[in-house]
Formats: sequence, C-alpha cells, structure tokens
Amino acid sequence: MSASLAAPAAAKGAWLEGWLAQLPAACGELAPVQERGRQALRQTAIPSARHEDWRFTDLSLLQTLPLAPAAAATAALPAPEAGAFRLHWNGGSDPLAGHALPAGLQRLSAGEIAQGLGHTLAAAGCQQHWPVELNHAAAEHVLALRVTSRSQVSLELVSAAAEGLQALRLLLLLEEKAELDLSQLVEAQAAGLHSLVVEVHLARGARLSHGLVALGQADAALMANMAIEQEPESNAQLSSITSGWGLARLEPRAVQVDGAAHTTLRGLQLVDGQRIADTHSFVEFKGPEGQLDQLHKAVAAGQGRSVFNGAVRVPRAAQRTNAAQLSRSLLLSDRARIDTKPELEIVADDVKCAHGATVSSLQTDELFYLQSRGIGADQAAGLLQRAFCEEVLRDLPAAARSWCSLERLLEVAA
Amino acid sequence: MIRPDAPVLLEIRDLHARVEDKAILKGVNLTIRAGEIHAVMGRNGSGKSTLSKVLAGHPAYTVTGGSVTYRGENLLELDPEQRARIGVFLGFQYPVEIPGVSNLEFLRVSTNARRAEKGEEELDTFAFEDLVRERLKVVQMDPAFLDRSVNEGFSGGEKKRNEILQMALLEPLVAILDETDSGLDIDALRIVAGGVNQLANADNATLLITHYQRLLDAITPDYVHVMAAGRILRTGGKELALELEQRGYDWVDQELAALAAEVA
Repeated sequence: MSASLAAPAAAKGAWLEGWLAQLPAACGELAPVQERGRQALRQTAIPSARHEDWRFTDLSLLQTLPLAPAAAATAALPAPEAGAFRLHWNGGSDPLAGHALPAGLQRLSAGEIAQGLGHTLAAAGCQQHWPVELNHAAAEHVLALRVTSRSQVSLELVSAAAEGLQALRLLLLLEEKAELDLSQLVEAQAAGLHSLVVEVHLARGARLSHGLVALGQADAALMANMAIEQEPESNAQLSSITSGWGLARLEPRAVQVDGAAHTTLRGLQLVDGQRIADTHSFVEFKGPEGQLDQLHKAVAAGQGRSVFNGAVRVPRAAQRTNAAQLSRSLLLSDRARIDTKPELEIVADDVKCAHGATVSSLQTDELFYLQSRGIGADQAAGLLQRAFCEEVLRDLPAAARSWCSLERLLEVAA
Repeated sequence: MIRPDAPVLLEIRDLHARVEDKAILKGVNLTIRAGEIHAVMGRNGSGKSTLSKVLAGHPAYTVTGGSVTYRGENLLELDPEQRARIGVFLGFQYPVEIPGVSNLEFLRVSTNARRAEKGEEELDTFAFEDLVRERLKVVQMDPAFLDRSVNEGFSGGEKKRNEILQMALLEPLVAILDETDSGLDIDALRIVAGGVNQLANADNATLLITHYQRLLDAITPDYVHVMAAGRILRTGGKELALELEQRGYDWVDQELAALAAEVA
C-alpha cells in the first residue's frame, strides 16, 4: 500500500498546478482540510505506472478534463422507494437545507465533524492516498450524518452533474444496532471529474448496506474511496457498480477494529471502448473471528481494461478469521484486458482464507444451448452477460438495484 | 405411424462430419416422414450424438460432405437459432446449467422466437405463464422450477423433464432426443416417455437416440436404425431393437468387419 508519494516536482502535471493555482482560497468548515489536501497535491507526484498501486491505471485522461465546479444535473430516476429519504447532492451546497430529516437520521455537530472527519480514512490507511487528497483539496462541504441507535433508515443520495468537477465528501456514524440502507448514484452527464470520499463508522451491532451506482462517460473520470470502520458484531456490505467511465478508480476499504464483524464486498465494473476501471480493495482484521465475503466481477469488451487488486490483511491478532475472495472476469473481446490479483497477507495461523480468480469468455456450450432454443446469438450473449452481472446486482439495496438495469449499464458502457 | 404418402420432414444424404481433425460421421443416410418415430441405437462412439449435434448446428462440428434437407430447405446453411425457430429441436443428453438466467424467462424468450417464425403473436409475461403452467403437466413438473436458473441444481431427471417441457412449448416438427433416457430412474423415464408420446402426432416426427431398449418399451418406434462407425448399418422395425438387446452389439462388430473385408 502506498503512503504519500514523495516525488520530484517534475512529475507533477501542469494541469494540476493550473487547477490548484486557480482554486478559491480555502474557506468554510473544510478549510483546514482543503489546505492540507492542496499542500499534499503540490508536494506529491500524480500516480503513474511507476507506483505499484497504479501500475495498470493510466491517469492521463485527468489532464484533459474540465475542472471548474460542476452544476447539478437531473438524473432520470424512478420515485424514491417507499419509506426512503432521497437527497440531491452535488457537493457544492448543503443538501439538507430545507429538509426535515426522517426519524433516526441526524446531522452531526461541528464538534463531531471535527472529531470524526478523517478518522476512518486514517484507520483504513488511505488518508494520504492521492484520490483522497484530491477530494480534500476540492470538497467544500461534508455531508455528515448519524443513524441513531436501533433506528432503521433508508437513504438515497443522488449526485448527477453537468460538466466539471464534482467533489463529494460523506461522513456517517452508525450507532449501536443502527441500520442503514444507502443507495448512492454518481452520474456524469458531461465531461468531468467526480471525486467521492465516504467514511462510515459502524458501532457494535450496526448494519450498513451501501450500494454505489456510478454511471459515467468516456470523457469523465471517477475517483472513489469508501472507507468503513467496523466494531464487533457489525455487518457492512459495500457494493459498487461502475460503467461508462473513461477512467474509474475505486478503493473500498474496511477495517474490523476488533474483528468479530462481517464484511461483504461486491463489485461489478463494465469497460468497453478504451475505458479503464480499476478497483483496489483493502480489508484488515484487527481482532479475531472476523468474516469477509468478497466477490468482484468485471466485463471487458472492446479495448477496455479492467484492474482488480484485492488486499486482505490478517495479522496475528486475527485468529479464526474466515475470509473468501473471488474475482470473476468476463472477457468479451480479444483486445480487452483484465488484470486481477489477490494480495493476501496472513500472519495468524488458525484462519480460513480462500481466494480465487477466473477469466473467461462466454461459454460455447451455454451459447449453443440458448441458440438451439431459437434465441439469436446476440440475444443469447446478452442473457449470459446479464446472468453474469446479476450475481452482483441482486445484492444491491433496493433503490440502487432499480437504478441500474443491465440495459442501462451496457448502454452507458459502450 | 408409417404413412408412405406422408410428407418428408428430414432427409439426410451421405452426411460426413468431423470434430476437430477426427472424422465421425462417414456417410449417414436417413429419411424421416411426418408421423414417424425413429430410434437410432449404437455403441458409445458410433456417431449417434454427433449426428444430433450436427443436425442442431453445434459449432464444434464441421460438415465435410453430404446434405440435410428439412422440409425442402438446406438445413446445414442455417444458424442453430434459425433451425430451432423453423421447428428442429434437440433434446440435450447433458442439458446445460446457466446460473443467473431464469428458467421462466428463458422459456418465454425461446417460445416467442419460435412463435414469431410461425407468424404467431408474441406472448407477454402473463399469457406465457398461463401457457407454461398448462404445458408443465406434460412432464408433471413443479412450477417452482420456473423460478430457478436454467437447469441449475436440477437433478438428472429434472433436467430431462425440463428438456421435454421446452419441446412442449416449442412444438417442433422434428424432435431429436439425444439419450433422453440416460440418468433417469424408472419413474422419471415413465414421465419423460409419457411426455414424448403425448407430443408425437401425425404432423411431427421424433428421432430418439439411445443405447437401450428400455426407452423403446415406453416409446414405440416405427423404425430402428443401428449406427456404427459413423454410418447407419442396418434399419428395421422395433424388433431390431429387441434383437440388439438379446444379441448385444458384438454382431454389429462382425458385420462391420465383414463390410470392411468386402471393401478391401
């Protein structure tokens, strides 16, 4: 895992210098964070193939993107799920203004924000990652919420943006036995850069299901870091679906602070054309009897490129950990490329840690079976592709599930 | 039911085919008329299954000679899906499991593809559910199977029943059933054979591919063909199957040897 990337000034891009130079002076509740992020970006190199964590992921698209703050756009979505609370959020203003929060959901106080902001990023070891510093430098507000003990909340966050930069920062505290279904849409409707940093702390017995649906386009990039900290007996599921981004980099990271929690990670990325999608996940068990269930899937067509790196750390304290990681990729073109790598670091000796990776094309026998029933080759391939994706889609929270039919994902991907 | 004046549905002439570099079919001749039930018997490796896959258009097999005409049309130049749509059905020996594709949706899409070819209107979800529930009775299948993924986790018998259910929905004119009896216990065999008998009529034809007489106890064939070394060696009535059952396949080998000596 990279910490800060000390590098010569020459490695910094002129585009980044230019952007930093024209940013308004740091202000508002996040001023100190902005200062820090800007300073960090000035002092570190833009990640490149020379950095192990970025070996396959070319960031050159970033220098071509418009980086003025993006205006909000309207996403075509069905009405909110019954009982769900939907917020439109573009990072530039307070999305809670004018809203009465539903029972169980509260705004964090300035003191709580000061105390909590960055805590989980640090625990998950990514507070100095380049995409996080980029968010630090740009984000003007933080959406900071608490789900109170034993409450059940269903939240929808919709962030659709026109051309430019959208920087979103989210801080969530789930108290004991609180439950949160969080469906989140990030959608680029024009060229631009979308930066998302999520921090969630789950107290004992809390449950989170987070589904990120990120729909982009060829001249848009997504940089998303989702960090969660879990107390024992908590249950967290992080699911992300990405399609269409010229460049997408996702870093879901979970730390079980005393083990004995349950973490589920689900990922699906679709790449076509010359697009790149890269997921670098990280899970660390700091105590015994933790569980991980991870499934990452990729569909690569055209000259698309998919990268998956799944790090799992099981130190000596994490005896009786039970972790399973599976990466499955579907290669639809001989010019597409898949790089997938498990990265298991296991010191404890009494653990179960399974991992596996498959890369395949559509199965001839399955295609033939469907064709032999009158289903055309293209439609058969579509059915098989949908089946491949369904395994991830079906685990999304309900609202997120309804936002991403496979037709939509494929339409965006191409 | 043999009627000499019934229209010819399938005409196979001197069919040669190979898989990779291995020649498997070496001159198959077979004529199938409407209303007929044919059985092709033979040892493993005789070319029975290859014949069925070639007729359905499996991409792994290459036709190297001969012709197959279906109702006057060159079947071999059609894609597998087109063959299915015009009424050629292959019941698989090993039906493929497709996790994530719902059986109900699969059945609906395929049924509609066949209906479109016949100029019939597409069935929406509700109309199709009514149809499928009625056809389930043909193979005494539990509707719960509709909600599962295609063949996923089905027992051997359930998979074969699902094949016959597909046949009941697609209403083919030529149904080729490749070892439909394999892996079935007595009860399942009775149900599957009952389904095939219910679906057979004066306008369609069935080609059963099997090792064993026991399927032919349940489905009475009009013709029995013995296949060996990629050809149909002998053709007879249902008594030929009984003869095979009694004498085994050894005499087939002797006939083959005699044939080889003749050619030499």
